[in-house]
Amino acid sequence: MQKRLVLDQQQIEITLKRFCHQLIENHDDFDNTVLLGLQPRGIVVLDKIVKLLEEISGVKVPSGYLDATFHRDDFRRRDFPLKANETKIDFLVEGKKVVLVDDVLYKGRTVRAAMDAMIAFGRPQKVELMILIDRKYTRDYPIQPDYCGRQVNTLESQYVMVEWKSKGFEQDAIWITEKS
Amino acid sequence: MTELSSKHLLGIKDITADDIQLIFETADNFKEVLNRPIKKVPSLRDITIANIFFENSTRTKLSFELAEKRLSADVINFSSGNSSVKKGETLIDTVNNILSMKVDMVVMRHSSVGAPYFLARNIKANIVNAGDGTHEHPTQALLDAFSIRRKLGDVAGKKVAIIGDILHSRVALSNIFCLQKLGAEVMVCGPITLLPKHIASLGVKVELDVRKALAWCDVANILRIQLERQQIKYFPSLREYTLYYGVNKKMLDALDKEIVIMHPGPINRGVELNSDVADSEHSIILDQVENGVAIRMAVLYLLAGVK
Repeated sequence: MQKRLVLDQQQIEITLKRFCHQLIENHDDFDNTVLLGLQPRGIVVLDKIVKLLEEISGVKVPSGYLDATFHRDDFRRRDFPLKANETKIDFLVEGKKVVLVDDVLYKGRTVRAAMDAMIAFGRPQKVELMILIDRKYTRDYPIQPDYCGRQVNTLESQYVMVEWKSKGFEQDAIWITEKS
Repeated sequence: MTELSSKHLLGIKDITADDIQLIFETADNFKEVLNRPIKKVPSLRDITIANIFFENSTRTKLSFELAEKRLSADVINFSSGNSSVKKGETLIDTVNNILSMKVDMVVMRHSSVGAPYFLARNIKANIVNAGDGTHEHPTQALLDAFSIRRKLGDVAGKKVAIIGDILHSRVALSNIFCLQKLGAEVMVCGPITLLPKHIASLGVKVELDVRKALAWCDVANILRIQLERQQIKYFPSLREYTLYYGVNKKMLDALDKEIVIMHPGPINRGVELNSDVADSEHSIILDQVENGVAIRMAVLYLLAGVK
């Protein structure tokens, strides 16, 4: 199977550090900011960001995992139903600045569902979106990232594969590959 | 696995252990939903569910209705007391009339064994059995096993005693199937007249002495004496039943271990279960009720997802 490297371990590290500095610029001391990782794959990015932010600024930003399975618009329309994952948010987002974190932005439907799910925890003051890989020109909804690692041009037939060392891969790496 | 093996939930006998695990994992997520400030998800907003109850029910009906509303389904309720059933309409006619109103799913309780199977064969909607006579009550068994899993971490390897009126209990039969599929050991205990004759052939232990049953088990699921299903006397008096089979705090204190007490409700306080046990820290009876909504949400959600 042909695959093309988009970001290697070092580039991912640089990108994540850039994200942290951008967050510090925009959110000062994070006293009213929370981070939400989108299940299932956004939570890996979230955990890395939370850890890095603590190292850089000394602040442990409140964070949680958000699963949007029950809010998706493709339930009963997919070939196979998606399995729900754990939502773990022990705070309310009422009046907070929320940063949603995910690995790949494609159609925008997951983010739409996630925003729907998020509202169950209150009305946020502002919502931002942080994405490692933005697949350009593929959106079904008018959703764009506020923090973007790398924009890539992809075909429908392709898939963005995100590999993490913590998930058993040799190195952190992001590839574009053909769907099998 | 992300999909159930069946488009109906007619009985625990007909589903697999994998199905049960999938229902439990989904119910875990719905439990979290039920603790949110807004306890509602839009998953079933394009689905209409008919709750058809040909037999009295309070908590099962409320629990199903709440589960349906939490999933954003449209709900219609029907109970036979004030319907055309009293005028002689057949079951299939009643249900077909309801279905012609474009209902996608039917939750049914009926006093006849096998009524939901008959429906599943004859109509297109997904059918959920909410109790058929003395046969099965699958969602109750699922919520019981789910409650054990949440309390003790796992069902496999646990010893569960079902105590009381086994003969008339659909909860007992569904519980036996469910617990066995999940790898638990099951014992039934009650007066010999309230135990079905060949119950041991299901692979359960049979015990007549409630004290021995309590000493053996990790979990005691105490069933209600179903006076409404007993046309003849199965024991001399309620007082005598309580004397021999009523579970009280003194009996639990005499054990050298802590056991979990369950009851599917409604409790006949002072008959099969004393208040000092029902309201004690051993009891997870109210957890069962809370878990019931999550389990029913999971069942309805997963059935709706089956193509």
